[in-house]
Amino acid sequence: MLNRLLSHDLPRNRWLALLLAAIVLGLAFTPFLFPGTKALNVAAKVIVFVVLVASFDLLLGYTGIVSFAHTMFFGIGAYGVAIACTRIGPTWGAVLTGMALALLASLLLSVLIGLASLRVKAIFFAMITLAVASAFLSLGSQLSDLTGGEDGLTFKVPEALQPGTRYLDGPVLGASIDGRFLTYYLLFFAAAALVLVMLRIVNSPFGRVLQAIRENDFRAEAIGYRTVVYRTLASVLSALFATLAGCLLALWLRYNGPDTTLSFEIMLDVLLIVVIGGMGTVYGAVVGSALFVLAQSYLQDLMKLASLQLESAVEGVPVLAQLISPDRWLLWLGILFVLSVYHFPAGVVGRLRAMRGAAR
Amino acid sequence: MTSASDTAAATATGPQPAASAGAAVPKASFDGWPVALVFGLMLAGWPLVGSTSTWLTLTMAGLAMGMIIFIIASGLTLVFGLMDVLNFGHGVFIALGAYLATSVFALMSGWTTSPELWRNLVPLFVTMLVAMSLAAAVGWAFERVLVRPVYGQHLKQILITMGGMIIGEELIKVIWGTTPITIEMPEALRGVVTFAVGSDTAAFEKYRIFATLVGLVVLAVMLFTLNRTKLGLLIRAGVQDREMVEALGYRIRRLFVGVFVAGSALAGLGGALWGVYQHGVLPQIGSHVNVLIFIVIIIGGLGSTMGCLIGALLIGLLANYTGFVAPKVAMFSNIGLMVLVLLWRPQGLYPVANR
Repeated sequence: MLNRLLSHDLPRNRWLALLLAAIVLGLAFTPFLFPGTKALNVAAKVIVFVVLVASFDLLLGYTGIVSFAHTMFFGIGAYGVAIACTRIGPTWGAVLTGMALALLASLLLSVLIGLASLRVKAIFFAMITLAVASAFLSLGSQLSDLTGGEDGLTFKVPEALQPGTRYLDGPVLGASIDGRFLTYYLLFFAAAALVLVMLRIVNSPFGRVLQAIRENDFRAEAIGYRTVVYRTLASVLSALFATLAGCLLALWLRYNGPDTTLSFEIMLDVLLIVVIGGMGTVYGAVVGSALFVLAQSYLQDLMKLASLQLESAVEGVPVLAQLISPDRWLLWLGILFVLSVYHFPAGVVGRLRAMRGAAR
Repeated sequence: MTSASDTAAATATGPQPAASAGAAVPKASFDGWPVALVFGLMLAGWPLVGSTSTWLTLTMAGLAMGMIIFIIASGLTLVFGLMDVLNFGHGVFIALGAYLATSVFALMSGWTTSPELWRNLVPLFVTMLVAMSLAAAVGWAFERVLVRPVYGQHLKQILITMGGMIIGEELIKVIWGTTPITIEMPEALRGVVTFAVGSDTAAFEKYRIFATLVGLVVLAVMLFTLNRTKLGLLIRAGVQDREMVEALGYRIRRLFVGVFVAGSALAGLGGALWGVYQHGVLPQIGSHVNVLIFIVIIIGGLGSTMGCLIGALLIGLLANYTGFVAPKVAMFSNIGLMVLVLLWRPQGLYPVANR
């Protein structure tokens, strides 16, 4: 049963299995285990990022092509729900309409980008997606009538999901059963389903072809697979999953703006998570997202504290304090990113799987 | 660059831009259609803009912008052509050049406010020199630390150089801060030169003329080096067939480091010019210009110098025309142009052989 559910792609390492089980159980019982808004927000972010990163891994890890437009599709999904809910009103119909339109938009855009760039050379794809994504980012902040510009859109979700809606009086096991609670589990189960579907995709014959293209596209073409078609399909699929992740995020935040979904910083986060977790495994997305989002949510506070301490301790060295101020978070991310690409290319999952023999 | 690739390109058919191809060809054996495209764009811009004087002003501005973009992008395209390395971190050198310009201008403020032209030109040339040499040094380190370990691995190259870009940009923020810095244009280069066009007057900004002249000098030096010296011969040969050059006993690695450093220096120079052109610097300047030059080298054909020039001029002209006619679509006009060019010639305007 479990074997079928995971598409015969088991973790293959005791520690990895334990880690995954801990993450999944932790996420499943967060409302009960860690009461408080911040913990729930962090857990929801982990859930959304698992889907987003897994969909990016479909492209980077499995097919071996780099896209910088992944946050664009993420943003399309989030904006789809946000705009539909603002325009039509907080109904389920609006959410579904927004989702459908966003999926359609992502489909068209990704097919266009894929056909324009993937038939020439994979490296074109990286450059073209970068250009298109930056154009889209400026479009998102310029069309202020539709998208709310830089301020973004704050909107109401359907009543069943609103925080004010109470289903039971009084908390159950420390968790209040309200609209947020319902939204959290909607996110959790939707994400679980999406991840399992992606696991199914990468372990299907189609997924094998993608990996063959990653390893040697020339040979894959020679065997008789149209690599252009497969690459385009992979990029379309990954765009669609990213769009769905964006929809989930919008439902959770009840807000969307350029910085939350479209910004290049998020693209970098996604790249880093894929590399840390392990390229070419869906499990890497799960492990990487959990580790990264936890670090991001709690380490930045620590950095702020350290930088304040240092500033008061060493008056004469402002550069040092600046280096570890939370504003320079990206600097450390960048360094971590470069180091992990060099020395840690298989990521956490790859490392754990490599010591499979030792663990037994 | 060889006749082989030119004939291959010439056989590609597509929407043919406006006439005047024969007159515009700079070299006898050259494929002239892309060059004609530039003039076609100019001609197409004329009726759209409406008034001749405005059109002249915009064309001049577009050419100046195109020349600056060309200075920046030429290094990138050569690096790609020679060693198959696509440097996503090229924007760091641009930002570095621009920020160095702000520092030099601040230090030499006594010179820039003087009304005499020669006293104004001194800080400008000092800026250009400082920007070039420091960008070259950083470029050398960048190649050594980041690019060298990942030769031949496209995926890692993209990731690593992107990481380098982030680190560089953040370090620049640490040094110069995150607030925008304005650059005071030197006294004598402020204002415009006006020409009478019929009853109207066309205004050319002095600095734009200066930038165009610098661009032409760089272009001339570059064309001379590439076409008339042994070094240039080796570089061109390396772009065509790296292994053959290596087999003939030339150290292509050393050649490549040289090109990388030169390319970084040019990016620094271009960045300094760009910063002054924009009257100020933002921390995002690197990534912003990076996107532009990617579009340029895609349009021109990865690895092709001539294509890079044409692409840069096209983008510069288009940005100025659309900025005047329909500012809302300015960002998308670049993408639109890129898509059209790729539909016409999927490898870019001047495809380089075996790429």
